[in-house]
Amino acid sequence: MADDTQLADPPRDVIAPGYTFGSITDQIAAVVLTKRTPVFWMACFSVGFGLLLLFLWAVAMLLAKGVGIWGIRTPVMWGFAITNFVWWIGIGHAGTLISAILLLLNQRWRNSINRFAEAMTLFAVACAGMFPLLHLGRPWLFYWLFPLPNSMGVMPNFRSPLVWDVFAVSTYATVSLLFWYVGLMPDLATLRDRAGNRIARLVYGVMALGWRGSARHWSVYETASLLLAGLATPLVLSVHTVVSFDFTIAIVPGWHSTFFPPYFVAGAIYSGFAMVLALAIPVRSVYGLQGLITGKHLENAAKVMLATGLIVAYAYILETFTAWYSGDVFEQAAIWHRMTGPYAFSYWALITCNILLPQALWFKRVRTSPVALFISSIFVLVGMWLERYVIIVSSLAQDFMNSSWGIFHATRWDWATYLGTIGMFLFLFFLFIRLLPMISIFEVRTLLPQAKVEKESRP
Amino acid sequence: MSQIFHRSANSFARISIFGAVFMLAFLGWIAFEIDRSPWQTRQAQIREQPVPFSHVHHVGDLGLDCRYCHTTVETSSFANIPPTKTCMNCHSQIWSASPTLEPVRASFRTGTSIRWTRVYDLPDFVYFNHSIHVNKGVGCETCHGRVDRMPLTWQEHSLQMSWCLDCHRQPEKYVRPREFVTALGYQPAGDREEIGRRLVKEYGIQDVRTLTSCNTCHR
Repeated sequence: MADDTQLADPPRDVIAPGYTFGSITDQIAAVVLTKRTPVFWMACFSVGFGLLLLFLWAVAMLLAKGVGIWGIRTPVMWGFAITNFVWWIGIGHAGTLISAILLLLNQRWRNSINRFAEAMTLFAVACAGMFPLLHLGRPWLFYWLFPLPNSMGVMPNFRSPLVWDVFAVSTYATVSLLFWYVGLMPDLATLRDRAGNRIARLVYGVMALGWRGSARHWSVYETASLLLAGLATPLVLSVHTVVSFDFTIAIVPGWHSTFFPPYFVAGAIYSGFAMVLALAIPVRSVYGLQGLITGKHLENAAKVMLATGLIVAYAYILETFTAWYSGDVFEQAAIWHRMTGPYAFSYWALITCNILLPQALWFKRVRTSPVALFISSIFVLVGMWLERYVIIVSSLAQDFMNSSWGIFHATRWDWATYLGTIGMFLFLFFLFIRLLPMISIFEVRTLLPQAKVEKESRP
Repeated sequence: MSQIFHRSANSFARISIFGAVFMLAFLGWIAFEIDRSPWQTRQAQIREQPVPFSHVHHVGDLGLDCRYCHTTVETSSFANIPPTKTCMNCHSQIWSASPTLEPVRASFRTGTSIRWTRVYDLPDFVYFNHSIHVNKGVGCETCHGRVDRMPLTWQEHSLQMSWCLDCHRQPEKYVRPREFVTALGYQPAGDREEIGRRLVKEYGIQDVRTLTSCNTCHR
């Protein structure tokens, strides 16, 4: 069966047959170095840019009027802002997993998707960072979060998980940026050498930091890249663990549980791979990159989604079980409110999007159909957003004292800020695929059979 | 293809890495210094007053006690700006024709207060009470400096939070016996910290945890 399809679209291979070192470079560099911009790019970039303007408008309103323009009211003071923060941070995780863990595990199929997955990480972290900053109310005082010498003579409260968040996320952003940039250098040098335009040569030349591809450069590069992978690997687990501490350290029913860290990490990778698929599937077909991002990549990503989705499903079951088993009336009430209360629709929608629908990924027919994968990845992204929304909002809305209960209603500014960051993400992502090689040229070249060193020839 | 960059670009790139680090550190340092400068805190700056009142003359030369004018300092959160009547106790007789004091006499005639410019202006989000400090042995001088040496009044300290916390974290270094609260130029009879520790106990000054709780000053 597999042999029959080998010729048409080889789903078992990480690179289509017929590529040479030169043709790989040509195809990937051409996306950037051409003067012709596809209509698809224009359309997506315009949507992104339009929503980015909406974001700027929403932020301007926020700065002028204060966080009261959002729907956050006592007791639900976290609302959309923290929901979106956790969602975006989670999406970033797939990039780090692909670039770091899969590198250390020697999963060579990652070579074709790591560049844009890492870019996705960076842009997702940038979007994520917006929310806690804007949620501060006085964003211009954000530096109070860092332990800097100051005239107040005080330091941040190191026992607060919100401060751990600052360190976790800023470390994550820094390491991701370094890793991405170091990996870009050889390709920037390629673009520098191929660009016809003098300004482009200068810009890519400065960014390539004098890369000449000497043996010494490659040796240093390999070391740096391994070290950064080593640094980034624990971050895949630690960042979302720390994010989950924002909830678990608090005693709010529905938050205060020990299984949040693994549950959050699995959910992060789940949504991250969904975003990888949602981006890769349209982009590869528009730019004709099916030979480089093959059905094999999509299927592997789908399998990771299936596995992490099952972990998430297990966590939902465990959450319900633990509430019952604990005998804690508040914990039980929190879960019961989720299932039947004012947020019941969101809860059941998230169960549908995150657990029921992705079970389709068990079928090979679904995993090998880009359209079906694209649709399921969108469902997962929606589901994972709803998950954070339900955890944050339903737990805060109805906690211990029913006299202090209050229902959250998102305002148009909540939606404008959220959609705005999606715009910012699209804006940055499409700038990236237009200006930088979206697939790592030199790493994909190592996937070619010609790149294999013949060990047998040595005596 | 010709080289895009001159050879010197290599050195320039290397230098710029260090340059960026030093530049950022330098900018940070500038911000740090500006934050503490008198330009920001108005420390040691003389404020314009309707009448050039001299603490040197009234306190240093004549020896008036602080509480002669600032009457409520021991019982109230506010130390009190004296009413014009207090000035006129003496100035109805002394310097009664001085043109400098015309605003004082005018105020007395018309019954409208003199609008003094506040020198020690804490932010509104800070709760400050004079009486608790005075009664627990914090000298006037500790915060207001040697007013007997101020021809025109200035703000002696930065009034930044870290300055408040200096004492709230180590009250024993600053407290003095109650009888010396208004004394200027107080010198402890012995080891300051040892006396301080005794006074902290005797006056029942709260532990550092309470003194540095957010809620103590930001209510």
